[in-house]
Amino acid sequence: MADGPLRSNLPPLELHVPEPRSRPGDPVDFSDVIVPAAGSMARPDEAVSPHDMRDLSFGLVRVLDDDHKAVGAWDPRLPAETLLKMLRTMALTRAFDERLYRAQRQGKTSFYMKCTGEEATSVAAAAAMQGDDMVFPSYRQQGILMWRGYALTEMINQIYSNRGDKLKGRQLPIMYSVPELSFFTISGNLATQYPQAVGWAMASAIKGDTRIASCWCGEGSTAEGDFHSAMTFASVYNAPTILNVVNNQWAISSFSGFAGAERTTFAARAIGYGIAGLRVDGNDALAVYAATQWAAERARSNKGPTLIEHFTYRAEGHSTSDDPSAYRSAQESAEWPLGDPIHRLKQHVIGLGIWDDERHAAQDLELAEMVKAATKQAEKNGVLGHGMHQPFETMFEDVFEELPWHLQEQMAQALEERAAKWPK
Amino acid sequence: MAEVMSQDAAAEADIKKMNMIEAINSAMHVMMERDPDVVVMGEDVGYFGGVFRCTAGLQAKFGKTRVFDTPISECGIVGVAVGMGAYGLRPVPEIQFADYIYPGIDQLISEAARLRYRSAGEFIAPITVRSPFGGGIFGGQTHSQSPESLFTHVAGLKTVIPSTPYDAKGLLISAIEDNDPVIFFEPKRIYNGPFTGYYDRPVEPWSKHAAAEVPTGHYRIPLGKANIVRAGDALTILAYGTMVHVAKAVVEANGVDAEVIDLRTLLPLDIETIEASVKKTGRCLIVHEATRTSGFGAELSALVQERCFYHLEAPVERVTGFDTPYPHSLEWAYFPGPIRIGRAIAKIMKD
Repeated sequence: MADGPLRSNLPPLELHVPEPRSRPGDPVDFSDVIVPAAGSMARPDEAVSPHDMRDLSFGLVRVLDDDHKAVGAWDPRLPAETLLKMLRTMALTRAFDERLYRAQRQGKTSFYMKCTGEEATSVAAAAAMQGDDMVFPSYRQQGILMWRGYALTEMINQIYSNRGDKLKGRQLPIMYSVPELSFFTISGNLATQYPQAVGWAMASAIKGDTRIASCWCGEGSTAEGDFHSAMTFASVYNAPTILNVVNNQWAISSFSGFAGAERTTFAARAIGYGIAGLRVDGNDALAVYAATQWAAERARSNKGPTLIEHFTYRAEGHSTSDDPSAYRSAQESAEWPLGDPIHRLKQHVIGLGIWDDERHAAQDLELAEMVKAATKQAEKNGVLGHGMHQPFETMFEDVFEELPWHLQEQMAQALEERAAKWPK
Repeated sequence: MAEVMSQDAAAEADIKKMNMIEAINSAMHVMMERDPDVVVMGEDVGYFGGVFRCTAGLQAKFGKTRVFDTPISECGIVGVAVGMGAYGLRPVPEIQFADYIYPGIDQLISEAARLRYRSAGEFIAPITVRSPFGGGIFGGQTHSQSPESLFTHVAGLKTVIPSTPYDAKGLLISAIEDNDPVIFFEPKRIYNGPFTGYYDRPVEPWSKHAAAEVPTGHYRIPLGKANIVRAGDALTILAYGTMVHVAKAVVEANGVDAEVIDLRTLLPLDIETIEASVKKTGRCLIVHEATRTSGFGAELSALVQERCFYHLEAPVERVTGFDTPYPHSLEWAYFPGPIRIGRAIAKIMKD
């Protein structure tokens, strides 16, 4: 450290360390969040050059206006059936999160992660893709599985690491793997799925397939090298990929400024790579659908990858291990200027005359009962902590396709230890 | 099946003199021909054919979508290989130097190695990462390293290191056909000839070596099987890669009746061959070029001690590189050459 000014004629250098808008107890001020009017962004042709759509990386694609009407060129004009299915799936996702969050608090498992407020970024995205397009999710995309109709009991078995968990109790809760629904095994390391999705898409292109790949990460993880490797490869090989960044403002306790949000948007990361970039109201299911549909069409017609920033808000803690009241203002969630995605879609379909509050309330009850029943069903297979559910041999399976001698020896040792603890 | 075997047998009969580069190249030609899911990628591997020429001719023969250059991003190379494997391809990425593998190590350790386990077999990573490794070519500290023990420490990775053209081809074919991720380190000092460690003597080409007789067709050398390259009764020497040739030359120069075992695969390790040999000789010397502390020699030493303790007549000895970065001008002072090996043999035989 310099003892005194070495060159007194120059100002001392200053290190900028980003600070969020508000901390616990502070009033919340989102006045700097620019929310363009719904319908104000132009919708270019899917084959447009990335150079001719730069404004879409800085604006915000919005379809639902303040009166919950769908407006503008990005309105995907969805049939009532699709709208109601999206609404139901988002509501189911939220009901599931509520129940499993409580299950963790009741000691039935070690960990859970909700996606409250971000349901549209997975449900509406999945709705706009083909069912066999490959998805490489991060850890908050349970809505994709809901949309694709995965059995809730299977999810809960995994969360409980119980006897029914087909992953043999190996993975942290919510790290699902569902190849039959084209859902890649969730890692837990951040952004590693990004280059993998690009690789899958490259393979699909090598084989002349028609399926595309899509991946998700948070805005915080865009700082990982994997994100940039993936962007480079996607750009170089024009890989048929949709790269989603869920900008929910918070990476555990670090606000988006620590990933560079003070300087530019996350969608604008696309510009340096020559990739199409879209910045979307992530709490507007129709905007998410429209952007994904645009990107899917672009990818499927060999026009290249698209980076989509979903501008949203993480309404809950990072996980059950997190206490957001320790680092951010409790008022942020309520005052988030883009509202709640389920509420907004609900008001939209009510406005269309195809839905009403009574049916919505009844559906919420039905979904809660459905999740409850699935939970009871899964609990018959046990919950975490109530005994070690899997035979000890399973610990050694799948390290390799075949069991080498050193793992055979260690398996024998584990079985001896088991016999020593539980003789009979 | 019978037809495949007879084709193999016919191919076996067709033998060509190859150096290690040609043998590795031949393995990839054979595998790309047999399996349309095999793809080769890496920095400079496409049109140019690789900085060491290992992928020469592949792009011209199999096309740009199966053999292609990549961005300079090892994280990306391994990451996309994992995704391609998930799709159903069998990628063979090249990392230009083992010293460059570190940016890709998270994708190898946390992803490729764990995919089968974390998905209970639903997704696999049938990837073979080829990479030239080791020193002796004045590569300095960033083109000389031997990081094999970083990979043998990882659950779910196999690590293979050939020492001859014949082995390189057979092992590489096995690695590509294997459904688990394999790290395939190619000792670049012996790409063109079997280096004996006497750096001040003229280089000998592979053409004078019996293991340069390589079948042009398909054959496998199973992973996890060591090779006794010199039988002996006085002492067991465990080595792999370049050091197999160095150890053998020293033994022959010093007139010691040592059994020299080329491990060929570090993981899974051929413990049976090691155990049988050490129980016979009662002495064990381990030789590797990598740095000493926490090197693979430490694992070998522990295994021999655990399994052969009552047969040992002397402490297990290790001859390794020093625990320093690989120095440029002092390369041969770092290298575990004939003097270091000779002194260790003298010590272990004295006890």
